[in-house]
Amino acid sequence: MWGVIELPTAIEIFKYLPKKNCGKCNYPTCLAFAMQIANAKAKLEDCPFVPEEAKSALAASAAPPIRLVKVGSGKEAVEMGDETELYRHERKFFHPIAYAIEVSDSSTPKEIEARVHRIANMSYERVGQILKFDMIAVRNSSKDPLIFAEAVEQVSKLSDMALVLISDDAEAMRMAVGRAASKRPLLFGANKQNYLAMCTVAKASSCPLVVSEPAGLDELADLVAKIKSEGIEDVVLDIGAKDLKQQLEMCTIVRKVSVKKIFRGLGYPMLISAGKGEGAVLKGLLATMKYGSLVVFEDIDAAQALSLFVLRQNIFTDPQVPIQVKPGIYAVNGAKEDSPLLFTTNFSLTYFTVLADIEKSRVPAWLLVVDTEGLSVMTAFSAGKLTPESVVKGLEASGAKERSKRGEIIIPGMVTRMSGKLQEAAGLKVIVGPKESSGLPKFLKNLY
Amino acid sequence: MVDVPIPKEKWSGKIGVVVLGAVMEEGGTRSKKLAIGGGASMPFLTFEGSKPNRPAIAGEVVDTVSDFPELVKRELGEAVNDPAAWAKVWVEDYGADLICLKLHSTNPEEENRSVEEAARTVRSVMQSVRVPLIVYGSGHEEKDAKVLEAVSDLAAKERLLLGHAEESAYKTASAAAMANNHAIISFSNLDVNLAKQINILLTDFGVKKEQIVLDPLMASLGMGLEYSYSVMERIRLAALMGDSMLQVPMICDTTSSWKAKEATEEIAGHDGLEERAVWWEATTGLAAAMAGGDVLIMRSPRAASIVRRAMDELVGGD
Repeated sequence: MWGVIELPTAIEIFKYLPKKNCGKCNYPTCLAFAMQIANAKAKLEDCPFVPEEAKSALAASAAPPIRLVKVGSGKEAVEMGDETELYRHERKFFHPIAYAIEVSDSSTPKEIEARVHRIANMSYERVGQILKFDMIAVRNSSKDPLIFAEAVEQVSKLSDMALVLISDDAEAMRMAVGRAASKRPLLFGANKQNYLAMCTVAKASSCPLVVSEPAGLDELADLVAKIKSEGIEDVVLDIGAKDLKQQLEMCTIVRKVSVKKIFRGLGYPMLISAGKGEGAVLKGLLATMKYGSLVVFEDIDAAQALSLFVLRQNIFTDPQVPIQVKPGIYAVNGAKEDSPLLFTTNFSLTYFTVLADIEKSRVPAWLLVVDTEGLSVMTAFSAGKLTPESVVKGLEASGAKERSKRGEIIIPGMVTRMSGKLQEAAGLKVIVGPKESSGLPKFLKNLY
Repeated sequence: MVDVPIPKEKWSGKIGVVVLGAVMEEGGTRSKKLAIGGGASMPFLTFEGSKPNRPAIAGEVVDTVSDFPELVKRELGEAVNDPAAWAKVWVEDYGADLICLKLHSTNPEEENRSVEEAARTVRSVMQSVRVPLIVYGSGHEEKDAKVLEAVSDLAAKERLLLGHAEESAYKTASAAAMANNHAIISFSNLDVNLAKQINILLTDFGVKKEQIVLDPLMASLGMGLEYSYSVMERIRLAALMGDSMLQVPMICDTTSSWKAKEATEEIAGHDGLEERAVWWEATTGLAAAMAGGDVLIMRSPRAASIVRRAMDELVGGD
């Protein structure tokens, strides 16, 4: 029986090392090197003296804690899993959660076509990114294998999006995969009853397989082990939580035991089958923050989907690389030639705050966004990215002086120190603005 | 059968409890007290053995709605013109756990209403509802000193939560809280160390830890939410790991959601602005709760209902 794999500790790894302390691995001693491997910070291959047997014995520690599973093909392929952290600030979350919407094979071809178009149209552009659904899930609600296959083929032709095929009938799955095999759909999926037949389909088509076991994590791990022994590697877990509490706790347990390397049997991406309505949106939002890799919605309102998309955009932002706004000149409150000109940096948080405060003043104004590589005003100033030169560069590139013809520019109060040089370099009269963005409404209202 | 281990953390610290509101025996007039905080794990992880209080929802009431989005005014109806009626709607129709009264009209740079008028507003709200109260000034330093002092005195035994103290101006607000044993919001700008710093300043000044509720600044969805989310997670983790200066409940104002364009403006090709706006605030609220928020100040009653439903489900019935 397959059970808990105890991962090698530093001492166990040390046993296999030559104990020469030669330093060729770039660590002073073999023990130091072993400790780095145990923490996944070094690789065994960095030691030229390790025998082959040791490599295979220790291979388990080299495998990623959560397997990377790819669904779909080409540009629309979706990668899930391969996460290593519990909290985004520790490093980052690597693969944004994917969202899928269901299409039922009980619908007429016409209805299916309309629905696929509706899904494609639920997209928004925001800070330079397109926010949209990633997958279409075709559900075998008809229970008829042939109808399912027809529907899958139709959807596959209508859309390039990656597919999820939902049926617990292995024969229906086999026929449907045949119509979309080049797309490497996700097969949803295997359960306690059908897993042998589903494994045969998944293996023959080399498609990833969802494993469902609502009885609990122990039972799920049991079934995953059986499926692995059938030769299936690309597995996605269907947690089958009955409510948000269970979803949070189960996802947290799976993520934690995997990345902390306490237990390897559940190191796969997790799928949440959300249903529809308000509860489904909540499941989707929770999965986005806490460890989901794919949410399948029976349906969702486009207005609700936007919050979901933006939450994903926020949570999966690399904490080391702030979202940047496009540098340039922005008209606020219907700015005209005689409206004042302000500048700030292209750090998104700074930009949004300043923009909101200018809007609050209701005073028409021009906002010049200077490229500071995404740094905030004070940070950019200290780092030499917000300088009279970078402001002048922004002024020239954007044609700001053609927009606001007052011959003046308002400088953030925090960086008044560069007023003199800016006045000279820009050929504009510098007016000192408030230190905090929150002072802008009052400042602008009293400006002229 | 495989036995999946349950990864329980052994935290050395926990979040302290702050009690808001006072009942008759204590000289107050609230129908019951509200305990906030008390978490001993990361939020909602009851398998770690903690049974914390569900985060509380504070319904926002403002004494002037001149710059309020039309959508919210429509949702709230006539009540927005009378803080007492507005508070009643929050408590009776939407089950708010407490009221957050913002005395924005006192700002001398705007409506400049008098301290006496603000005091009357607070009194009328206290009479119309029996839940605990959060009271904010207008954010104008000198005026707030007078407003908060007057509010502190007129509700001397009610155990209010006063907002707020920040590094550049904490003495008058703290003094107003200390004078009558109210609780105080310690505000800092999106930074773990600054959050700790303001709490150190307050405690050095004489404020007790049982009086402090931390506001790390909740940026709304799409406007920096991820910064707040991570700063709060880090504060909570540091507190659980034993940093006593961070072991206080956190408060998050999700009404900043209404500054986002997506919550207030039409988007070409998409209808459903109303639904979008509600979910914009609800999503901000849920993220705040997931990151460790113990009190959520909310504007839209529908958004508040959605967040409450989620939190009830997360806390569980047993």
